[in-house]
Amino acid sequence: MAEITLEHVTKRFPDGAEAVKDVNLEIADGEFVILVGPSGCGKSTTLNMIAGLEDITEGELKIDGKASNDKTPKERDIAMVFQNYALYPHMTVRENMAFALKIAKMDEGEINKKVEEAAEILDLKAHLDRKPANLSGGQRQRVAMGRVIVRDPSAFLMDEPLSNLDAKLRVQMRTEVSRLQKRLGTTTVYVTHDQVEAMTLGDRVAVMSGGALQQVGPPQELYESPSNLFVAGFIGSPSMNFLPGNLEGGTIKTPLGDMQLPDEMRRKVEEHGSKSQGVVVGIRPEDFEDAELVGDKREQGQVIEAEIDVLESLGSDKFAYFTVQGERAVAKQLEEIARDAGAEDRVSGDGIQVTARLDAASKAQEDAKLEIWIDVSKMHVFDPDSGKNLTL
Amino acid sequence: MAATNSTAKQKVGWGAANLIVIVAAAIPVLWLASLSFKDPSTLGDGSFIPHKWTLDNYSGIFSTSLFTRALINSIGIALIATFLAVVLGSMAAYAVARLNFPGKALLIAASLMIAMFPPISLVSPLFNLWRIIGLFDTWPGLIIPYLTFSLPLAIYVLSAFFREIPWDLEKAAQVDGATPFQSFRKIIIPLAAPGVFTTAILVFIFAWNDFVFAISLTSTTAARTVPAAIAFFTGTSQFTTPIGSIAAAAVVITVPIIIMVLIFQRRIVAGLTAGAVKG
Repeated sequence: MAEITLEHVTKRFPDGAEAVKDVNLEIADGEFVILVGPSGCGKSTTLNMIAGLEDITEGELKIDGKASNDKTPKERDIAMVFQNYALYPHMTVRENMAFALKIAKMDEGEINKKVEEAAEILDLKAHLDRKPANLSGGQRQRVAMGRVIVRDPSAFLMDEPLSNLDAKLRVQMRTEVSRLQKRLGTTTVYVTHDQVEAMTLGDRVAVMSGGALQQVGPPQELYESPSNLFVAGFIGSPSMNFLPGNLEGGTIKTPLGDMQLPDEMRRKVEEHGSKSQGVVVGIRPEDFEDAELVGDKREQGQVIEAEIDVLESLGSDKFAYFTVQGERAVAKQLEEIARDAGAEDRVSGDGIQVTARLDAASKAQEDAKLEIWIDVSKMHVFDPDSGKNLTL
Repeated sequence: MAATNSTAKQKVGWGAANLIVIVAAAIPVLWLASLSFKDPSTLGDGSFIPHKWTLDNYSGIFSTSLFTRALINSIGIALIATFLAVVLGSMAAYAVARLNFPGKALLIAASLMIAMFPPISLVSPLFNLWRIIGLFDTWPGLIIPYLTFSLPLAIYVLSAFFREIPWDLEKAAQVDGATPFQSFRKIIIPLAAPGVFTTAILVFIFAWNDFVFAISLTSTTAARTVPAAIAFFTGTSQFTTPIGSIAAAAVVITVPIIIMVLIFQRRIVAGLTAGAVKG
């Protein structure tokens, strides 16, 4: 059990490339923290630095209050699950789990007891004498977990431990990992590129991009109050809609029409010193609704008319996709997200694609006009240059 | 049917080709074995199966210290050279496969160059050098040149095997608290075992078969190995040819190689790393 503190941690490679830039993060004892971000954002490097597999160029790492920059992985007393599990193929499941304990010269009987216990928890008792080659993907994943929990370390580090499993098993193991962590109460740092995994697993989520920490907070907070464009676009599926806007007093002119900012939001935007300028407006799909279904709230929002291109009915909701005339919002952080999604060259003709999540009761139809209501109070306004959320 | 005809034809073709290769390879060996069992009086009778079987040739060579001493030298020198080549080679190969150090490309190029060097061109300088520094006609005097030629080979074969082993296994061992040497010994070497055995066999055969160094760098039975010793065989009298003894000695030194290969070929199995990674 230990807390982990990163203070101004920076990783610079010999060629001068900065993989991790000035990361400050405090992980409390027993906490489950997720590092999430697109590939190449420095999350795995950060994890490797905590593990001691990668040197820290600048800054300080403290584990359990003790400076640990120069400690070997062994001295740090941490255990790690690798993306490809890294099981020792020439050893049985039992030997795999016992390896670290044997290295630590633990008593034979004690080792056996611990391995049996871990096997019990992970439902691996029947496979203890098999080699990894004879196990299924899910079983191998559990062995990798077992290798970590037998050690009873001060922290677990997990590097995309579920990304090699198929989708169904991944969801199942996700719950399993979460349950295990709660049960053992061990400080855990978990790296993933999958924002759904991040949102469902962690006590707190740390979003990284370009080597820098963007925002750290509980999943709901990241979702509701993203501090910048990157977090807003990265968290949430389907992702937030972004539109270019022009701020004029209390009104934002957008391709969806003029939006009147609610007073409180207007005050906050003005506090940021912006009264008249170009901005990026972000609206989550669920903050749209079929105007017929909103009733009294209609006055609090904005109603637009759009022709639905594609309608997907999921039973519980309906996703409506429509196009708005105008230029797409341009911002550096939006490009980063598009690059990660592999969507940078998927410029679909002209106009802006908008996704709206409507109630299942909506009578929307494809290729037909629909009145759509926008919940203006949930809208986010971002500065296109810094990416900062102006409504916070 | 055309298809079955062609496969039948293919079978016959391949069968014939295999037969030719096997016959070409086996006949000289069998002939040698046959010679070794022939009585000296029937050596030149030209028949493949000996008319008069005898074990005299074998008892003859084993009764002379010329051969028994040479056999001990051969076994000792080949085993020591193999052991050293595998130990030094695996450490060097690990460095080549895993580390980036200045001069790495140069080292690889130099070792390749050494392996390509014709041994005969080294013999005269070594002969003089060894006599000056006192290595002439000693075990180390042969082991050292064997190592110079087999180490590059060992490094090449082993580094290819090491490269196949996922990095993450070492990182896992490191996080599990193993020192670099522990992870090398307990994780890397067992996984590279097929490579280690392959290397061992190759080095052993090279040292065991060598004639050029053995004949040039030895002068007495102190370090003379079997291939060199055979050249010194004489008949029981100056009028008899030593062919029977030479054949018997050749059979005797072929046997250890066959045994080595039979033992180790079971260890040289691919796919030992299957299941290390991924699901």
